[in-house]
Amino acid sequence: MMGWTGTILRVNLSNGSVAKEPLDRHLARAYIGGRGLATKILYDEINPTLDPLGPANKLILATGPLTGTNAPTGGRYMAVTKSPLTGAIACSNSGGYVGAEMRYAGYDLVIVEGKAPHPVYLWVNNDRVEIRDAAQVWGQSTHETEDALRAATHADAKICSIGPAGETLSLTACIINDKHRAAGRSGVGAVMGSKNLKAVIFRGTRSVKVAQPHAFMQACLMAVAKLKADHGSGEGLPTYGTPGIVNVINAHGFMPTNNFQFGQFAGADKISGETIHDRILIRNKGCFACTIACARVTEVKAGTFKGAGEGPEYETVWGLGAMTGVDDLAAVTKAGYLCNELGMDTIEAGVAIATAMELFERGYIPEREIGRPLRFGDADALVEMTEKLGRGEGFGAILALGGARLAKRYGHPELFMGVKRQAFAAYDGRGAQGIGLGYATSNRGACHLRGYTIAAEVFGVPQKVDPFATDGKAALTKASQDATAFVDSTGTCIFTTFALGPADLHAMLELATGAGYTVDEVIKIGERIWNLERLFNLRAGLSAKDDTLPHRILNEPIPAGPAKGKVARLGEMLPEYYRLRGWDPQGVPTQEKLRELDLIESRV
Amino acid sequence: MAKVLSIIPERCTACRACELACSVKHYGEFNPSRSRIKVSIFLEEAVYIPTACTQCTEAWCAKICPTTAILRNDDYMAYCVVDDKCVGCKMCVLACPFGAIELYADHGKAEKCDLCLSIDGDPECVKFCTPKALLFTDEDEGPKAKQAAIALRMKEVYKEMAG
Repeated sequence: MMGWTGTILRVNLSNGSVAKEPLDRHLARAYIGGRGLATKILYDEINPTLDPLGPANKLILATGPLTGTNAPTGGRYMAVTKSPLTGAIACSNSGGYVGAEMRYAGYDLVIVEGKAPHPVYLWVNNDRVEIRDAAQVWGQSTHETEDALRAATHADAKICSIGPAGETLSLTACIINDKHRAAGRSGVGAVMGSKNLKAVIFRGTRSVKVAQPHAFMQACLMAVAKLKADHGSGEGLPTYGTPGIVNVINAHGFMPTNNFQFGQFAGADKISGETIHDRILIRNKGCFACTIACARVTEVKAGTFKGAGEGPEYETVWGLGAMTGVDDLAAVTKAGYLCNELGMDTIEAGVAIATAMELFERGYIPEREIGRPLRFGDADALVEMTEKLGRGEGFGAILALGGARLAKRYGHPELFMGVKRQAFAAYDGRGAQGIGLGYATSNRGACHLRGYTIAAEVFGVPQKVDPFATDGKAALTKASQDATAFVDSTGTCIFTTFALGPADLHAMLELATGAGYTVDEVIKIGERIWNLERLFNLRAGLSAKDDTLPHRILNEPIPAGPAKGKVARLGEMLPEYYRLRGWDPQGVPTQEKLRELDLIESRV
Repeated sequence: MAKVLSIIPERCTACRACELACSVKHYGEFNPSRSRIKVSIFLEEAVYIPTACTQCTEAWCAKICPTTAILRNDDYMAYCVVDDKCVGCKMCVLACPFGAIELYADHGKAEKCDLCLSIDGDPECVKFCTPKALLFTDEDEGPKAKQAAIALRMKEVYKEMAG
């Protein structure tokens, strides 16, 4: 078998040890890489009940066999750990250049253990691995950190780091790499902060080898052609980026607005992909090996919210925009830049602020606690609160806990819009029943990327289904979740799935590895990964009662617009979902299912 | 007909697929540090510049080579390194003003962009450049693209002056 570098880098920050270990080839074949392989290693090595911010938790940075190759979007890595936000498994994915550089340095995975006695950064220069003092950059933004540490290491170094949010253990903290790309969700940045690990830096000059280079390149060219020909990945995403769907989702009536009080945002077009394109876009950009190039390089040239950077993405214009009722593009963009610089997930930060806004407007948080009025639509408040959240200053320290803990603190947990203490994304589960089921069952808490049923429910990929119907949504959700777990394990981006099916990705994976995979088998591997994540969560203490949605989504109809009168009919879908998954009515995988998936030894 | 590698940096999206394609074509392995085309990425300025050998009309690398290992392919006006003749003296590396020719310890021979003439004359980097920042064309499209961009800007200025 080829395609894997065959080496794991294990670093223990408590005692400063660094070890290079051979990758277990059987495990690699069974879990591919990235999300799957890292989950298996985490599952085997930690007790899922441990304190996620304690030294016993481990942080795994994982690439897949296609990371660092010409497979389109083949540059991705995953940050896998136990989440301090949800208490469940975390696996946050990012692009940029870091994943590929890790592979050129010679490693498939980096496992970080323990806790450094003082702030440090990890400098991985091919074979040479050093744990270095990070006192000079502790407290600095991710951008300042990258500049300083690139100067201290190598001009070609690729860097992922945390900002002040991660250092102060904000549960909204992400890991930022290449300045603008984020392994965003589930508070993975706080885990890095808890280990006193400011940054991980790679420089690699070695080769990544594939089994059949010539045939592999032909398969890559075919995939590139399909991505180019597809309307979404060939035209929509490069031209308007992810925010290109703002007006589409809003027109469907399930653009969550003002903390899910409404299904449409009057100011949607002011923060749409089209408006970003016309007002602030400098150019589009690709991550490593990405032929789609959806990133927005932008600049707000003047005014209070002046700044430059990348974004905002769709989830950002929603979380910091529609969710907070702010339609000032400059303010939303600025808040997004602040999230990248201070190191927060724009979804979790936006939803925390939106939750606080509703609590304030209903009189549940006194103004003196916040230090100012905090109403929906207040652009100045949005930017001020985003910065305070990132630095953990004043009321920001409470926002930094995320919306779930914030709502609970003020006595109204029902006003937090999310699942398993992780915030929803930019689709209302009342207007698209499939994504509602996906949110309820996602292994990392509410997430649109664990089973993007919106592809079928809105965009007709692979075929159009009625978003308001519950029929067939259990099967759609399961299929989408399993396929995504496979994609996330290869080192490629989920956006390829607009144009590429599992067979296309399988073709590249097989030519890269020569492992003898079949298309059916890679989907089965996706299912295996999904079930292993479920086992992790069950062992961590989660159960079927956590597979639910907030009261508002289940009981309060969307008040107006095309989805008027709709609620999420989770009860119609969840039992069927468990049955299709081969789980018992308590949501526990049956012995038969575990045996079928070769997971019997991993049972709870 | 002589074809040239046209580089149009304004179109580059910094994905570096060209670097990968180059290394795999020449060495069968993915390794940007061995690529003969490099994308310099200036994140802050949002400027991405692919550079490769410019195939100089009077190539100093070829002129200085003591073993005449760097030969011009007249059909393509491109210079190729003849491995058998190259002794690894690095004079070409010193002579090239662009840093477009290099030596690697494991190989010991000079390596430069030869428009893939040493393989099939079909530059792999161009095939993988989806934004068409790299073109393999009869004439250099780079200056034409620049002229067109300048004309577009002038048009805007004239419109402003008129209106």
